[in-house]
Amino acid sequence: MATDVQDVLGSSVKRVEDPRFITGKGRYLDDIVLTGMTHMAILRSPYAHANIRSVDTSAAKSMPGVIAVIVGADIPWNPLPMAWPAGGSSGIVNNVNTPRILATDSVKWTGEGVAAVVAETAEQAIDALEAIQVDYEPLPAVVDAEKATQPGAPQLHENAPNNVVFTWPVGDKAGTDKAFDEAEVVVRQRVVNHRLIPNPMEVRGDIGLYNPGTDEYTVWMSSQTPHIQRLLLAAFVTGIPEHKIRCISPDVGGAFGSKIFCYADMALVMHASKLVGGRPVKWVESRRESYGSTIHGRDHVTYIEVAGKKDGEVTGLRVKTYANLGGRLSTIGPGIPTTLYGRVLSGCYKIPNVYAEVTGVYTNTTFVDAYRGAGRPEATYVIERAMDLFANEIGMDKAAIRRKNFIPPDQFPFDNPSGLGTAVNGEKIYIDSGNYEPALNKALIAVDYQDLDKAKAEAKRRGKLLGLGLSTYIEVCGVAPSKWIGAVGEGWGAAMWESSNIKVHLTGKVIVTMGTQPQGQGHETTFSQVIAHELGVPMEDIVVQHSDTQGTPFGYGTYGSRSGTVGSTAAIKAADKIRDKARRYAAHMLEAAPDDIEVVGAEYRVKGSPEKKKTLQEIAFALDLGFSLPTGMEPYLDETAYYDTPNCTWPFGTHIAVVEIDEETGETDLIRYLAVDDVGKKINPMIVDGQLHGGIAQGVGQALWEAAIYADDGQLLSGSMMDYALPRASWLPSFELDETVTPSPVNPLGVKGVGEAGAIASTAAVANAVNDALAPLGIRHLDMPFTAQTVWRAIQTAKGGQS
Amino acid sequence: MTEHISLTVNGQPREGDVEPRRMLVQFLREDLELTGTHVGCDTSQCGACTVHLDGKSIKSCTMLAVQADGSTVTTIEGMAAADGALHPLQLAFWEKHGLQCGFCTPGMIMAAADLLTRDTEPSDEEIRHAIEGNICRCTGYHNIVAAIREAAVTMRAGAAAPTGAAAPTVANA
Repeated sequence: MATDVQDVLGSSVKRVEDPRFITGKGRYLDDIVLTGMTHMAILRSPYAHANIRSVDTSAAKSMPGVIAVIVGADIPWNPLPMAWPAGGSSGIVNNVNTPRILATDSVKWTGEGVAAVVAETAEQAIDALEAIQVDYEPLPAVVDAEKATQPGAPQLHENAPNNVVFTWPVGDKAGTDKAFDEAEVVVRQRVVNHRLIPNPMEVRGDIGLYNPGTDEYTVWMSSQTPHIQRLLLAAFVTGIPEHKIRCISPDVGGAFGSKIFCYADMALVMHASKLVGGRPVKWVESRRESYGSTIHGRDHVTYIEVAGKKDGEVTGLRVKTYANLGGRLSTIGPGIPTTLYGRVLSGCYKIPNVYAEVTGVYTNTTFVDAYRGAGRPEATYVIERAMDLFANEIGMDKAAIRRKNFIPPDQFPFDNPSGLGTAVNGEKIYIDSGNYEPALNKALIAVDYQDLDKAKAEAKRRGKLLGLGLSTYIEVCGVAPSKWIGAVGEGWGAAMWESSNIKVHLTGKVIVTMGTQPQGQGHETTFSQVIAHELGVPMEDIVVQHSDTQGTPFGYGTYGSRSGTVGSTAAIKAADKIRDKARRYAAHMLEAAPDDIEVVGAEYRVKGSPEKKKTLQEIAFALDLGFSLPTGMEPYLDETAYYDTPNCTWPFGTHIAVVEIDEETGETDLIRYLAVDDVGKKINPMIVDGQLHGGIAQGVGQALWEAAIYADDGQLLSGSMMDYALPRASWLPSFELDETVTPSPVNPLGVKGVGEAGAIASTAAVANAVNDALAPLGIRHLDMPFTAQTVWRAIQTAKGGQS
Repeated sequence: MTEHISLTVNGQPREGDVEPRRMLVQFLREDLELTGTHVGCDTSQCGACTVHLDGKSIKSCTMLAVQADGSTVTTIEGMAAADGALHPLQLAFWEKHGLQCGFCTPGMIMAAADLLTRDTEPSDEEIRHAIEGNICRCTGYHNIVAAIREAAVTMRAGAAAPTGAAAPTVANA
């Protein structure tokens, strides 16, 4: 290890993960085959709402290959936990109902699990499901959150009158009401942020393996959070001691939030493996099944009110949101529309008075939880639509109104009085940094904003309505300070620090184990870059390991754009400890005082005598053997760090969408998409850009095509990939990315997180563009998704024709 | 009841006894343990299962194994040369960051390879059209298009140049 090792931090090195993926050697859950493995299939309710009178499994038990049939009453374990109530310990009442491992008395959505079959093959298990007779008593269903709270709506749970899970207020109600009383202009609009299905390309699955000899369970799971799942399965669901459960996430084929959670199938494969004498039990959901067994996202109905002055100053924002949480609650369902939505509603604007009230609602639909951005795309949609609506009302330019209301760069850290800055038991977080106008200006120049009217006129001559939409977003990343998110009860009942262990082995090779859990983000590359930088070791000598509760330090996993900020800082802290011990041992080897050792890359030199030096490799070899140790020093270069972030991080930027709508057909074409993002410093710019691309595509997908649609009786009409319109290559343009760089002061790398930024910004940008295109027809607001039919109908209605 | 089938997979003669309802993708993944071909949906929409059958890309979730009897099949595992040298598309996906979670990648590479045998110089629009049957949820397709464009350039240069220079393999790249 020489000092001339190239510093790879901040460079677009190719991913170390890719060789296995481009050659078909990735190892995803369904690729795992264990000796004696059995297969499980789950019978799911065809009704959205029904009582279960009886379940007859006798015929199924005699089907070919069937080993066991399981019903809910067989399983002695608890319902799944709900770990993030609205308002935490603030006194807000949460009327909690969570799924059982298998339903026993009633079903609340189409797709809730009722029984399971374990068989020799997957086909035999699926065949045997057909032979299970369930006697249902169908009940009236409700799928719309707003309707579900109305008098006379079908009631899902005895403990939740009017299907209300919680009503959660945030902000200063009196002050906001006063701002509205005194306002020169008030704008009101109802907006729907419709339901989405996350759709990672790999569906979920689990393999359970019970060891009768040791009474231990191993669960392979396609999960973003193996450590959390072990904790939840042990302490909340099964009662099996935590040290008797091992959870392993193999390669995970995308997740986007949907694989954060504790799912019934995880416990079910454990139960099933013990039931069949310790044979492994594999369950992999089908795509159709996934739409009912894995969480959905978004699904808000929101009433927006904006108060302000005729000069464009926004003085008040009042919001009422109905958040559809599904038939029963997922792991952190209530936390998403509260902490991660209600507290960031004012975005990047210095709106002095903000008040929001969020009502979480049960409906006969698949449970709703975190999907890429989780609350923040919904908040961005509200505030960015609000700014456009207000600008239109007073006839102000949409860039100008944003400039007028931005939090000025000299006001950071910004203590937003009605948002995240709201103290909970004295603890609060603040917006760490920002400089919003340069990003906006850069994007406006790139899109030739000054020529917008000319472009619209030119398009009009071709029969097209051109629209341009701005989204000057902000997001909260790097969740989160434990004392704020956990201990004081704002968030879930856990901490959110991260962990890393580094071992420099005898041969000088470095193994970094992390508590984070990638799903395509390239952690094995980026964490290697960070540690290569910290220790002066070539990347080829470093391997990053994760995913297995046996062999990695406890960590909270990967979501909320937290791994780059909280995770890599934990790795840096571990590297600090490695360097410190190596320095002390180098002093011992070189017979110098530790303070006289300077570290240059991987070389530990005596100050003033640079020829007297030891490399990290030499130090590790001697220290790991431990033949000669200074008094009190333990052998081995092996250090662990746990890092709790003092604050979240706050990426921001300006996204611009340009659309053309065919006035005859209503078809919307996204012709340009520009994004100027400030995600702070970058560990690997290539990976950062890739994260933005993917996030943008998902947000554009919501605006233009994607929608989970339920019939009134609770049947999911968009129940397959033939009906749920995922973005395809030919529907999207290439994206034009640029940046500003405002390093985050929160962590040593100055990074902010980028996993969700694209999805948070882009939906609002496209929605604003479509509404801008339709504005000349007198259309004030149209709800997403902007399918040709929706837009065509709006155009016809506006023109006074039949629709 | 099973049917006996024989086919050539990645240059090797393979055979097996399969239920008539067994899909080609199941035969490849479960019987031949070629798990690089993935299943991402149940309606022939996602393309994660794309392989080549007699030189053309097909969705192996939509073909019965018995229908492939007597055919020649290439999967992602058969794309690198016998000496381990990666296919230009594999290299380009790596170079251009054309993958994130990697789940759609094998099918995407197989679909792209089919395109580049038909059209050595596709436009971006033609590339986007050609991979329309393959869904990627991670990349927004931006870098996939760039990777296929780059591979087309490499393959055209390779076709024009004399042979001899070996492409890098995974081991030494």
